[in-house]
Amino acid sequence: MDKIWSMLSDPNMQWIFLGCTLLGLSSGVIGCFSYLRKQSLMGDTLAHAALPGICIAFMLTGIKSIGLFLIGAGIAGVVATFGIGYITRNSKLKQDAAMGIVLSGFFGLGIVLLTLIQHGEYGNQAGLDKFLFGQAASMIASDVISMTVVCVSLITICTLLFKQFKIISFDPGFARGLGYPVAFLEQLLMLLIVVAVVAGIQAVGVVLVAALLITPAVSARYWTDRLGLMVVLSGVFGAVSGGIGTWISASVSNLPTGPVTVLAATLLFCISILFGPQRGLVAKRLLRQRVKQRYNRENERLLDGNVKKEAAL
Amino acid sequence: MSDFWILLTGALVASCCGVLGVFLVLRKMAMIGDAISHSVMPGIVIAFLLSGSRDSLLMMFAALIFGLLTTFLIQMFQQSGIQSDASIGVVFTALFAIGVVLVSLYARQVHLDQDAILYGEIAYVHWNIWELGGVNMGPKAVWLLGITLLVITSVIGLFYKQFKLCAFDPALAAAIGIPVALFHYLLMGLVSMATVSSFESVGAILVVGLLIIPASTAYLLTDRLGVMIGLSVGAGVASTFIGYGAAVVLDASIAGCMVCAAALLFVIAFLFSPSHGIVIKKLRMRKLA
Repeated sequence: MDKIWSMLSDPNMQWIFLGCTLLGLSSGVIGCFSYLRKQSLMGDTLAHAALPGICIAFMLTGIKSIGLFLIGAGIAGVVATFGIGYITRNSKLKQDAAMGIVLSGFFGLGIVLLTLIQHGEYGNQAGLDKFLFGQAASMIASDVISMTVVCVSLITICTLLFKQFKIISFDPGFARGLGYPVAFLEQLLMLLIVVAVVAGIQAVGVVLVAALLITPAVSARYWTDRLGLMVVLSGVFGAVSGGIGTWISASVSNLPTGPVTVLAATLLFCISILFGPQRGLVAKRLLRQRVKQRYNRENERLLDGNVKKEAAL
Repeated sequence: MSDFWILLTGALVASCCGVLGVFLVLRKMAMIGDAISHSVMPGIVIAFLLSGSRDSLLMMFAALIFGLLTTFLIQMFQQSGIQSDASIGVVFTALFAIGVVLVSLYARQVHLDQDAILYGEIAYVHWNIWELGGVNMGPKAVWLLGITLLVITSVIGLFYKQFKLCAFDPALAAAIGIPVALFHYLLMGLVSMATVSSFESVGAILVVGLLIIPASTAYLLTDRLGVMIGLSVGAGVASTFIGYGAAVVLDASIAGCMVCAAALLFVIAFLFSPSHGIVIKKLRMRKLA
């Protein structure tokens, strides 16, 4: 317990804690739209594809800065999205195979570059492999600040364009009919996903960052049918898991942040799937029981009535 | 000699994955293959913690259970109304996270680190020798992969007709009385087996590259299932050789280079395939015009 308090009073740790919570919040918000647009695994693909981008950015400049990595990973993400679209349009391969190819191809390239960096004469390469599983505690103040700025701007954009994103998530055809620039909005949303993934990489790692986009959104879907509420809930779930993940991983040595955050999100998911109103397993079971009881009661009443009628005859 | 063993291991991994990858690509389940390759992790780690050795049957068994569990959970969430890709995403990230947490917590007891999970240790294959009564029988990984390949080819060979029908028209297969669900789980079990025996050599994440990329390459080159399986294995083995060569020259990760080589072969097939290649199609159009 002492350890926890001392950690929370450490100003550096407070910053990291705040950064990861915000990260969870923004990923949760954006994840809702990607879930509704049936693009959940896109986040996974983009996250894996970001690895070579990060490595190339590091090899070209030799500096570890989140801003540069953001640019490198962003470019790699855009190339990956384009690649998936191009393969799906121009061959008989379906989207899942295209995603698998791009994901593993880019990740393979990333690992080759990573080992090249490790074996080559790049100075301060130590810690680049932390990007695989994430280590929030290794972030420095400037990283946290840039992460915070990115997350706040993501949330702002989503709030401002909420109506537009809502309509392209549910009915892109209608949106086009109303004269919204659908293609532009879709690209923008994809870009926001790339940014969210890249911002999360240092804290959660490329392998698992997609879970921050998917799991809170799916959990939130269990509680409500309204998009506004779903976005808020998903953001809250994301923020809570981000906070818990950072906190536990910082208090146990040698524990990467990413997996712990993901497990926290999964725990929330399990609670949602059990206790969500209407859709949750418990609610469904109760409903079934109620219906069964009512049916039995009515049946009995009918039966009683018949018996009485027969007796009267 | 070490080159020979590394190449043989790589070729065996590529063959196991190549055969199964074809069915994954045809059934549009490429991402389920990805999910399984991630989520056998906790199985491997738990078996490792229990037995303390790297090449036990227990490991294979545990991974098989987790592979089937993944398939089952994905199916269950899908039926309860979650979109299929989201349910894949939820399940495999959760299981993989459990695996990584276990490795991190017991890293000192376990001779298994995060690097081994990601890159595999194909370069050290020939150090881990199986000795029978003092006689050197060759690397253990080769034996394990050989047995896996034998199982895969015999199961697929025995039920070739059924797998073929399930891949192309599951509704018809169900109508004429083939237990489609059983074959689905059988395929997923085989994928888990292939993943766990390849895991040691190429790492958990790159297995999926060898599952999907060579099969997709083959898919672009032919329209016949039998030929596709052959081509897929061929592409896989070729990328093993090219990848190893490149890795030696560049002094980089062997597994990473193998996947890059597979991706390169895919790009070549995508551009120049005689029937579906982009460039070939363009040329044909120009000739017609």
